[in-house]
Amino acid sequence: MATIMTVDDTASMRQMISFTLGSVGYDVIQAVDGAEALKLAQDRKVDLVIADVNMPNMDGITLVKSLRALDTYKFTPILMLTTESQAGKRDQGKSAGATGWIVKPFNPEQLVNVVRKVLG
Amino acid sequence: MTIDLTRFHSTFFEESLEGVAVMESELLEIERQVRRGGKQAAESLDAERLNCIFRAAHSIKGGSGTFGFTQVADFAHALESLLDEARSGHRLIDADTANLLLRAVDCLRALVHAAKDDGPAPTDVETLHAELERAQANAVAPAAKAVAAATASVWSIRFVPNDRFFHTGNDPLRIFRALIDLGPIATHADASQLPVWEQFDPQVCYLGWDIMIEKAMARDALDDVFAWVVGDCELTIEAPTATATATVVNAVAKVDEKAASSIRVATAKVDGLVDIVGELVITQTMLSQLVEDFTIERAAQLQAGVAQLARHTRELQDAVLGIRMLPLGFVFSRLPRLARDVATLLGKQVEMEISGDRTELDKAIIERISDPLIHLVRNSVDHGIEAPQERTRQGKPAHGTIRLNAYHKAGNVVIEVLDDGRGLDRDRIVAKARERGLIAADAAIDPSQIDEFIFMPGFSTSETVSDVSGRGVGLDVVRNNIRTLGGGVEVSSSPGQGTRFVIRLPLTLAIVDGMSLRVGSEIYILPLAWIAETLQVQPQDVTQPAGGPEIIAVRNEFVPLLRLDRIFNVTARATNVNEGLVVIVEADSKRIALFVDELLGQQQVVLKSLEPHCQRLEGISAATILGDGTVALILDAGSLVRQAHSAAAVLAAASNALHPSAAASAATLH
Repeated sequence: MATIMTVDDTASMRQMISFTLGSVGYDVIQAVDGAEALKLAQDRKVDLVIADVNMPNMDGITLVKSLRALDTYKFTPILMLTTESQAGKRDQGKSAGATGWIVKPFNPEQLVNVVRKVLG
Repeated sequence: MTIDLTRFHSTFFEESLEGVAVMESELLEIERQVRRGGKQAAESLDAERLNCIFRAAHSIKGGSGTFGFTQVADFAHALESLLDEARSGHRLIDADTANLLLRAVDCLRALVHAAKDDGPAPTDVETLHAELERAQANAVAPAAKAVAAATASVWSIRFVPNDRFFHTGNDPLRIFRALIDLGPIATHADASQLPVWEQFDPQVCYLGWDIMIEKAMARDALDDVFAWVVGDCELTIEAPTATATATVVNAVAKVDEKAASSIRVATAKVDGLVDIVGELVITQTMLSQLVEDFTIERAAQLQAGVAQLARHTRELQDAVLGIRMLPLGFVFSRLPRLARDVATLLGKQVEMEISGDRTELDKAIIERISDPLIHLVRNSVDHGIEAPQERTRQGKPAHGTIRLNAYHKAGNVVIEVLDDGRGLDRDRIVAKARERGLIAADAAIDPSQIDEFIFMPGFSTSETVSDVSGRGVGLDVVRNNIRTLGGGVEVSSSPGQGTRFVIRLPLTLAIVDGMSLRVGSEIYILPLAWIAETLQVQPQDVTQPAGGPEIIAVRNEFVPLLRLDRIFNVTARATNVNEGLVVIVEADSKRIALFVDELLGQQQVVLKSLEPHCQRLEGISAATILGDGTVALILDAGSLVRQAHSAAAVLAAASNALHPSAAASAATLH
């Protein structure tokens, strides 16, 4: 089964995402910010990254740029978690190379639907 | 699929409240800088500080929306928008804005608490919300929602990915799958852009498609499918006919369930535990193999194995207790705000310096030390720190300083609260003590003893009872709360230079330092913190007014004598006071004398709660298991003292014709 990495500085969001996706059979690893995510992504191959935009140390947009710069993550789907009010961030994420986004707030069903669609 | 979101609530509440605390302390720092440096400072504010506040608001908003706390989400959104303006440089944070933000942070905290406890929302939500929105320079009109979505029964789509398409991790196949989910499709691929083989770049998509989808639906559904790739392809979506449709509003159901008390533990600590458990398992395997074919020659090996087991057990004990440890910063971080608010109210200037906030303490103690600390800080601002004019007159800086410091010392944690204010007013304290008959009119008294009087009940020396402190709750309560935690508090002061409170706390509540006492065949443990002194008395020191409790004279003070054998109905070896020992116990600033057969010595004991198995027992707080396996009860000093003193009070009220010395004692007892 595919490995998904959730990157969020909020523990409750990480737990929710990881529990939800874990319960439908995905392997989920967690990172607290972009810096940790970048490190973990190089230790093992991740099939999908779901990253928050606002995080300390390294934000989501920088993470997307950094991952896209790696050969192994050139085509890996990366989804950003954004809110309705962050259209600007969404565009920045897109031009940095993000695959798409999930709008917060979302419920577990929506999350699983999106992930299933992306991972096929 | 159903996922019960309530399981994440306690984490959400915990981190939201932490987020609120971060916002508060960063805002306070910003306010301090702005107040000191004026406009210039407002322009050069540390961007990371604002970012940090923004992130906290943003996380709370995202989480509360996801977990269904819409009221929190709405309010956090208003707060976040204002912060975003400041962060992106569209707005300067002046003193007014900082103040508004601080009030909003308070309101947000109250909202989170209300969501957590399922209580009513704070009353000022609406007004503050409106204020936040007004404060935004370009008050954003609510986004115009989907004007009128078009529907049609057949759609034709032209979709041509550009060179970059694959580089965002997108895939045309995914789009087709999503379209098929909507309805049957017919496609025609346009391969005209395919280059000759030598120029083919596998990372580029050269194909384009014309798609027909037969399904009656709104255009929105198709826009959703292509939402992620809009900038990365050529896209046209057309329909022969179009009509208006209604929009659907999603309602989020509120899930209510009280959050259980939980604790967040650093992963490193958990890893440490796992390591130790691993070691334990290895040792255990080694020992079982050893005993399976044991010969006496291998006794040394067995001994070494058991020693190893002992070491691991000790490590495990430390590590498990360590899980409950939280840094004092959790409590300290709330105090600068408090000091600021109190100081503003009193027209004083106070700065707070904090050190040692990483010192760790048991979670249960952290939770219960907060009230005493709030009390002490409030006291320092109110009674300790002088008004700015008075300070300048005395050649001190206009703003007073309160220092909070924490450190480890001899297996305890010490917290100091120091101020550079006027110090304790010893003349007034002595006058008050005389007035209350606590010291004889002509007795000379040591200055440090004078300071101790402020821990007596009802001993507020403030000249005016202010709104801030001196509202009935005195330092006696502070001392008592700290003693309940197994610690102690002391005060020292020098006139004109300041006051210093030193709080000593045990690292954990699970283990106490106790004195083991023997009465007959029973052993009891009395926590050391409550023991004032131990002495041997003579029969002539004991008086017993008719029908009343026995009273002993201890250095001119009269103390009710409690015989543990009578309270717990056991047979003591000693019946005459000179055959046993008397332990003076102090709680609530009252003393009693416990009569016991003998003291066995000091030892650390692990508390085992009795509550789930026995009903609450008067005079007993818990039990422990001694080294030899027997159970010993741990005495509850507070309840024993209350018992003895209520009996003495009844007696004093009932009888005026007492032995003269007993009458005097009844007067000093309460």
